[in-house]
Amino acid sequence: MLKILKYSFYDLIKSRWSYIYLLFYLLLSFVLLFLNNDIGKAVITLMNVIIILVPLIGTIFGIMYYYDSKEFTELLLALPLKRSSIFLGQYLGVSLSLSMSLIIGLGIPFISYGLFQSAVIFDFIQLIVVGSFLTFIFTALSYNIGLMNENKIKGFGFSILVWLFLAVIYDGIFLSVLMIFGDYPLETVTLVGTIFNPIDLARILILLKLDISALLGYTGAVFKSFFGGASGSFLAMGILFIWAVLPIWLIKYKASKKNF
Amino acid sequence: MIQIENLHKRFGENQVLKGIDIQIKSGVLAILGPNGSGKTTLNKCILGMVFPDKGKITVNQQDINNRWNYRKEIDYLPQIANFPNNITVAELIKMIKDLRNVKSKDETHLLQLFKLQPFLNKKLNNLSGGTKQKVNLLLTFMFDSPIIILDEPTTGLDPAALIILKKLIEEEKKKGKTILVTSHIMSFVEEISDEIMFILEGKIYFKGTISQLKNQTQQTNFEHAIASILIDNHA
Repeated sequence: MLKILKYSFYDLIKSRWSYIYLLFYLLLSFVLLFLNNDIGKAVITLMNVIIILVPLIGTIFGIMYYYDSKEFTELLLALPLKRSSIFLGQYLGVSLSLSMSLIIGLGIPFISYGLFQSAVIFDFIQLIVVGSFLTFIFTALSYNIGLMNENKIKGFGFSILVWLFLAVIYDGIFLSVLMIFGDYPLETVTLVGTIFNPIDLARILILLKLDISALLGYTGAVFKSFFGGASGSFLAMGILFIWAVLPIWLIKYKASKKNF
Repeated sequence: MIQIENLHKRFGENQVLKGIDIQIKSGVLAILGPNGSGKTTLNKCILGMVFPDKGKITVNQQDINNRWNYRKEIDYLPQIANFPNNITVAELIKMIKDLRNVKSKDETHLLQLFKLQPFLNKKLNNLSGGTKQKVNLLLTFMFDSPIIILDEPTTGLDPAALIILKKLIEEEKKKGKTILVTSHIMSFVEEISDEIMFILEGKIYFKGTISQLKNQTQQTNFEHAIASILIDNHA
């Protein structure tokens, strides 16, 4: 598996798109830091961007790489290699190269603005960790969609839909539910609803760390008591971890059953 | 040696293979049949890329079900060669060697044979279809495995390369290897194969030597013999 990972990774870091992605983050962070002139505020603004954009990029790169390397995958399948190592290797290659773009792209500007001297270093690290988790989760989801759909257009459409659903539509439905049933105690519903969407989970995790949960009123307080402490943070990370592991396991399972 | 028993495969509505039973020993066996008769599916079943619905395949007395190590014994030439575009021919050769865990194999002889040295440092997406096929052939013949599966090896080759290919197959045959070839070029098949197997609608319609086929169909010409099977079965 490590060999396949190595080759996919090299193949990707040689591609133009990885650099465009890296440059985008470099530019974005420098501009935010320049405009805010405050690392803490820049982290909050960045969070809003990352929570939507990282899943989108993970989705698009994942599905594109899957279809792009399909013929080559068939060549690999005829070699004495285990199926799961081929697919997991390629998947990890994509996710790791994307995560690396994210880490370097955000890291360089923040470090040069004196991140290590500031108090927000842990918030920043959490932002990076959550961003990497989202990359792994959404790349895995789109890889699964690729494995399930022979038709490129369909596969591409489905993965964009999944992203759109989790990034936008889910929140819409969620908010409507909260509005309609506003007279009832909804704390549990809200907690459960958050768990089922990795983007929301990531958002809550970062919001709580940044100590602006007071803005969320009573629900914010419930969240604070649930996710806020050290054990809550671990729990939320654990759920994010499950969100990453389940689709990865599904890649392995689907790949072992598929005809090529 | 490859042993196939009662092989069935269906893709959705389309029942591609309907009970293939065959024992493939050393020598060149050409798999023939009209388009969509299941030749490639059969090859892919042997390689474990397609999972049969029913039946059993053994390669060198080893059941291949859910195994991958047996593929060390097989060299496969896929029908359409598509390689990662970002890398050069030399890098690809190095990579396949690395993935197969045989770094010591020497490809210079084959490089010279196919005159591929000038392309070594070119990227694969800049190569013509025929040159890509030569690279594909090089990667297939490089590893000297006891079983060779060639799916449409003649595609895109110029006459000079075709002669080299025939010579290569002849050499490998002399080493006592098991070679499976699918092709629609009848003169090529006639020249290289010891035996042919004709698949029609997912079943083996004929297996034997070319002269046996000519006798059975009462034709003097191989191409006409094959055509007569097709016409008889579609009439």
